Amino acid sequence: MIKKTNKLRTWSILLAALLYSNPLNAEELLISAAMSLKNIFEEIAPLYEQQVPDVTLRYNFGSSGTLEKQIEAGAPADVFASASQRFMDMLEERDDILASSRRDFAQNCMVLVVPADNPAKLAAFSNLKNKSCRNVAIGNPGSVPAGRYAAEVLQHMSLYKSIQKKLVYGEHVRQVLDYVARGEVDAGIVYGTDARIRSKEIRVISDAPPESHTRIYYPAAVVSSSRFKKKAAHFVKFICENSQVQKRLQAHGFNLIQTVP
Amino acid sequence: MDSSVLFSICLSIKVAAIATFFVILVGIGIAYLLAMKNFKGKVLLDIVCTLPLVLPPSVTGYYLIMLFGRNGLLGKQVYAWTGWSIMFSWQAAVLASFVVALPLMIRTTRAALETVDRELIKVSYTLGRSEIETFFRICLPLAKRGIYAGAVLSFARAMGEFGATIMVAGNIPGRTDTMPIAIYSCAGSGDWQKAHIMVALFTIISALFLLMANRFSRASV
Repeated sequence: MIKKTNKLRTWSILLAALLYSNPLNAEELLISAAMSLKNIFEEIAPLYEQQVPDVTLRYNFGSSGTLEKQIEAGAPADVFASASQRFMDMLEERDDILASSRRDFAQNCMVLVVPADNPAKLAAFSNLKNKSCRNVAIGNPGSVPAGRYAAEVLQHMSLYKSIQKKLVYGEHVRQVLDYVARGEVDAGIVYGTDARIRSKEIRVISDAPPESHTRIYYPAAVVSSSRFKKKAAHFVKFICENSQVQKRLQAHGFNLIQTVP
Repeated sequence: MDSSVLFSICLSIKVAAIATFFVILVGIGIAYLLAMKNFKGKVLLDIVCTLPLVLPPSVTGYYLIMLFGRNGLLGKQVYAWTGWSIMFSWQAAVLASFVVALPLMIRTTRAALETVDRELIKVSYTLGRSEIETFFRICLPLAKRGIYAGAVLSFARAMGEFGATIMVAGNIPGRTDTMPIAIYSCAGSGDWQKAHIMVALFTIISALFLLMANRFSRASV
């Protein structure tokens, strides 16, 4: 009998410990950021935490469209960093972000990539029409900015209709990159910065001309429901202005935004 | 109704039906082996066939990619011979559904076969019937109920398969977007109206199917 109660007590204590083991850290900033920012943001986290020791950064990476839906549905994010103006606009229209805090901080470009051994022997965007090219991965244009830009590029080159049947949609741009790196598809269209990440497994065949797609400016803003608006605003300012961050952005292949005087 | 919605419904039913067909064939075979025979590696076969039931679909999907991907163990050979890869095709959705639904069929059928009176089987043998004849005329009819139940469960599981499917078949509108994938995609891109329609339809279809299955198995027993 005694044994039984002891056991019960042990289990209840364990259960209680499990339930309460994750207290809400008061100084935690949750940054919802576009998938293409994964590496650079993970790199600048220690930089930021060094400067502002009482804040810990937590990241939630995903396609900008998915993140936008999450924030709209009340996700506890403090900062949203998007790969497209469109999803930021959608949140701004609903006052889900603080419009005054919104700033662009980086610029990107689109490239055509193939697996390192280039199985379909592609040399240019127009080769996507070739019979040897069986499938082409792009992001899902509905929720992945890189997919929308890719669709624009294909439309600009009058390729979209003829290769529509070959398109395989990724749920975020890194999935597209992975399809290409694994050789599951013959080609993919991703950001120039993504192409650098797995440079051993993939090859860049061609850069999309800047006029073929909407210009890719990354905006960041404070989420209206944030409990730490000041700290969130400070983080936005940090990624826009800190010289170390700018250096690293450039090292990753992002272009900086020229501020008009 | 939106033609893409109709396509997703048809694809889901097609994929689940084909997968269930193979699940029934293979499932009954393996269940018979596990229920009636003793052989080396029986435990291993049992575990391997049950694993997809307990593994997260993402793990199952991962294995499928390692096996059947364009650079996978088998997929590489197939691609080298035929220039075709199952990845990102609707057949990949069938494969994923097959693998995750198979354990349900095996487990229910095996349990049903194990309840078949061994004396009856022995009598059949002593009366000169072969094993195959005995299987079709004694074991199968007596295990009918469990087999129906297994088939219904497998079909339902195959219809609802999402995790492994999205990993091997991807999300290609008009080609591999089964209902669960189309719903996920709509919810992710904010197309709630279409998602609403599909969620409602999926629920209705599933409920109708269960109702039918219930009546069917009751009437036939």
